[in-house]
Amino acid sequence: MTYRFRDLLALEPLTADELRFLLDQSKPFQEIQKHPLKKLATLRGKTVALAFFENSTRTRISFGTAASRLGADTMNLQAEASSIKKGETLLDTAFNLSAMKPDCFVMRHSASGAADYVARHLDVPVVNAGDGTHEHPSQGLLDALTIRDRLGTIENLNVTILGDILHSRVARSNIHLLGKFGCKFTLCGPSIWVPRELEKIAPGVPIRCVYKMEEALEGAHVIIMLRVQTERLNDPPLSANDYILLYQLDAERLKRAHRDAIVLHPGPINRGIEITPDVADGPQSCVLEQVTNGVAVRMAILYLVIAGATESGTHPALEAKPKESANATD
Amino acid sequence: MSAEEIDRTLQRLAHEIVEKSGGTKHLALIGIVRRGVPLAQRIAQAMRGIDGVDVPVGVLDITLYRDDLSKVAPQAVLRSSDIPFGVDNMDLVLVDDVLYTGRTIRAAMNGIFDLGRPKRVRLCVLIDRGHREMPIEAQYTGRQVQTSDTEIIEVRLREIDKEERVVLVDRVE
Repeated sequence: MTYRFRDLLALEPLTADELRFLLDQSKPFQEIQKHPLKKLATLRGKTVALAFFENSTRTRISFGTAASRLGADTMNLQAEASSIKKGETLLDTAFNLSAMKPDCFVMRHSASGAADYVARHLDVPVVNAGDGTHEHPSQGLLDALTIRDRLGTIENLNVTILGDILHSRVARSNIHLLGKFGCKFTLCGPSIWVPRELEKIAPGVPIRCVYKMEEALEGAHVIIMLRVQTERLNDPPLSANDYILLYQLDAERLKRAHRDAIVLHPGPINRGIEITPDVADGPQSCVLEQVTNGVAVRMAILYLVIAGATESGTHPALEAKPKESANATD
Repeated sequence: MSAEEIDRTLQRLAHEIVEKSGGTKHLALIGIVRRGVPLAQRIAQAMRGIDGVDVPVGVLDITLYRDDLSKVAPQAVLRSSDIPFGVDNMDLVLVDDVLYTGRTIRAAMNGIFDLGRPKRVRLCVLIDRGHREMPIEAQYTGRQVQTSDTEIIEVRLREIDKEERVVLVDRVE
């Protein structure tokens, strides 16, 4: 089993075997997180560009830690203090960073498809660290790894995702990954965030939208909480109190899920809004394991695209174009 | 080398290691992925037959410690390491099938030293085929074989290859 692509832009085009391969390759890096000496020299002399056009703390630190534990150096671009504010275009910024000769380009952007767009123009591997409401592949992988470690499998599980699904790239990556392993999805939240159209985003994957939380939790093996973007709460008019009343995950509601159900949250958590502290810190919560696994998954991704780069591999977006399709893979 | 010869050699290596270790209290074997692993397990098994010495066995994948990552075939697939004991102050014996350039052993030592500071590290190999590129020698050698660098030593073990033998073959270009 190998990975066919130069880049990691999305989980949707990957097969179940490829996804399993990525998860398996993360295992050795999980072990390294437990070593007294965590720094490898594997990617010594390589440079990873961390281009965060949209703010991020956790993902940026996680990719940065992954790079440095592999022995690579990083160059950092942060939206706040960058030339984007001065009106430089996305592509110009990407070309400028690329001119400093990184070996990999990790990027986050608020526009869906931005990573894909940049990948078409750069000659180094691009890793999507979140693009708009499209995908967040490393989060999808680390969630799956966490689930597999806790439950022993990612196959045929009942997965309930709660919150603002419409705007969530995390939810989409989760659906595209776990959906290939026979998982069934229940999406739940205020109707304005959970439109029925979502049931069709992954053809062949059973997805249903439910608006009563108690019903959504029934029989769930995995509960994935999404952060309520409090700045959005009043956009469709819904007060924090109403949200808590209808959709907060508390110990009482959690009892409706499967006895051994686990709770995931990509963070940052709004304690007391979407989740109560006793659940967030309880034995069923995997929140901190997710963070630890995030570094391992990102080490596996960087190792794969930098050290394991295939000569002729191209990214999934180009595959779709008839001209290149003849020799798009392998 | 036939299955019987491999077996007899491993028995001898187990005896030699126990005899030369001056006590087995801190002794541990570390098999190098892939074929060093079943060899280490068999040597440990043989040691149990010698006055019931029970020696822990660890597994080490050296892929991440290689010095030729950019040159190897695309995507050196990682396998899991599993060293279920602290290596600090341990008396370690690395076990591998073939000693050739010595680069694997160099990588293995880097991996080991990321885990702690062993008291001593020795090396045990089934075959030493010469052509060293590093100042590394094995303390315990099953058999020394004269080879040219166009030849390949193929170690086939029943745990991995479903057959058991060691053969010298010509490299197919």
